[in-house]
Amino acid sequence: MDVNKYITSGILELYVAGTLSEEENLEVARNAEQYPEIKEEILAIEAAILALSKAAAPLRSGSKGFNDIMRRIAALSDTKVITMTDSKTNWFTYVGWAASILLATGMLWMYNQNTQLKSEINVASQTNEVLEQQIFEANTSLEKSKELLNTIRDKNIEVIALGGQTVSPTSYAKAYWNKAEQKVFIDAKGLPEPPDGMVYQVWSLKLSPLTPTSMGLLEDFKNDDNKVFAFANPNESEAFGITLEPAGGSESPTLEQLYTLGAV
Amino acid sequence: MELEILVSHFQSKDMKAFEKLYAMYSENICGVINTIVKNTDLAEEICQDVFMKAWNNAESYNASKGRFFTWIMNIARNAAIDELRSKSNKNSKQNLSSDFFVDILESKDDLNSQMDTIGIQNLLKNLKEKCVQIIELLYFKGYTQKEAAEELDIPVGTVKTRNRNCISQIRGNIAI
Repeated sequence: MDVNKYITSGILELYVAGTLSEEENLEVARNAEQYPEIKEEILAIEAAILALSKAAAPLRSGSKGFNDIMRRIAALSDTKVITMTDSKTNWFTYVGWAASILLATGMLWMYNQNTQLKSEINVASQTNEVLEQQIFEANTSLEKSKELLNTIRDKNIEVIALGGQTVSPTSYAKAYWNKAEQKVFIDAKGLPEPPDGMVYQVWSLKLSPLTPTSMGLLEDFKNDDNKVFAFANPNESEAFGITLEPAGGSESPTLEQLYTLGAV
Repeated sequence: MELEILVSHFQSKDMKAFEKLYAMYSENICGVINTIVKNTDLAEEICQDVFMKAWNNAESYNASKGRFFTWIMNIARNAAIDELRSKSNKNSKQNLSSDFFVDILESKDDLNSQMDTIGIQNLLKNLKEKCVQIIELLYFKGYTQKEAAEELDIPVGTVKTRNRNCISQIRGNIAI
């Protein structure tokens, strides 16, 4: 390449002016790298323009100075976020807020619904437990009744009716005696509720001579549902009697308080 | 090479490098702007804006496509011309195509010739008006070769050579 011709063509002056095409710019830059004369020429042209433009500068040029620039850069990094939200993103901000409020409201509603449903489930499951308990109890009660019925229907059972006595003529009771198993069931449904501090006591009697043997107490008479009480009875009983005794029972029956009596 | 390092530091947002570049070119950039807006206060204001623009767009400068000064001068020209066209200057009588920068240079020279290392009279000594015109169009107003040719009503090829001759004269005047 004829470097001198290239220089004198005036392309370098236009390069410094910045009026060349991008392609031409690249070409000049490449040549400047390759030929030091070209690079020097470019610097000399630039120096001329620098001198000229400096001469055209305002008298107080640079009075604001770099401090002003630094202040503005600092302010720029401080307020960048604010300016962005201020200018273009207003619409987005509103939509954003609206969306978050909607979301929050929705979540609150869902939360309330959830809590309510949970409490409903809780109540339902509690009711369920109560019902299950009742079913269980009913079943148990049914079992007991069946068992009782079976016991009473046993072919070895001897039924003894106990009639009301002087102190309470309307009272009655029944004794179901399974001699083989040495068990006696007393059905005391026909007895009045004992007064407080008193308890019924069941006696096995031998008649001649009259020998009472305590079989036990009708404990917790008031709260017993079916009023059927089971006792062990290894005695050769000839009669059964029920007397009212002070709580805890007595050694021997208080005959004045004999409520029912029945002979085998 | 010093300049290249400085510019690359500036591009990676090195404030110190930026300060040096500002010291090197701020007067020139303010001068370029002043030739266009012809208002020293406004020129200074725009000048600071131009350096802010340069800082914010530092990464867009590519050394393979031109000189750093050419790049920032281009930003300055565009900013100054935008300012002239903006609403705030709608009523201004200033006109892009008349009033050569030499007026500014001369008036400034009258006011304070001691400030300049190279006096403007010396710089423009023996320079013909057609030189002043073509330099103003190409360097201070950013005209392309073709636009300058149309403006001055001369062949495109003549723009290049005439400009070369004019710049050479200034260079000669600097050397004196």
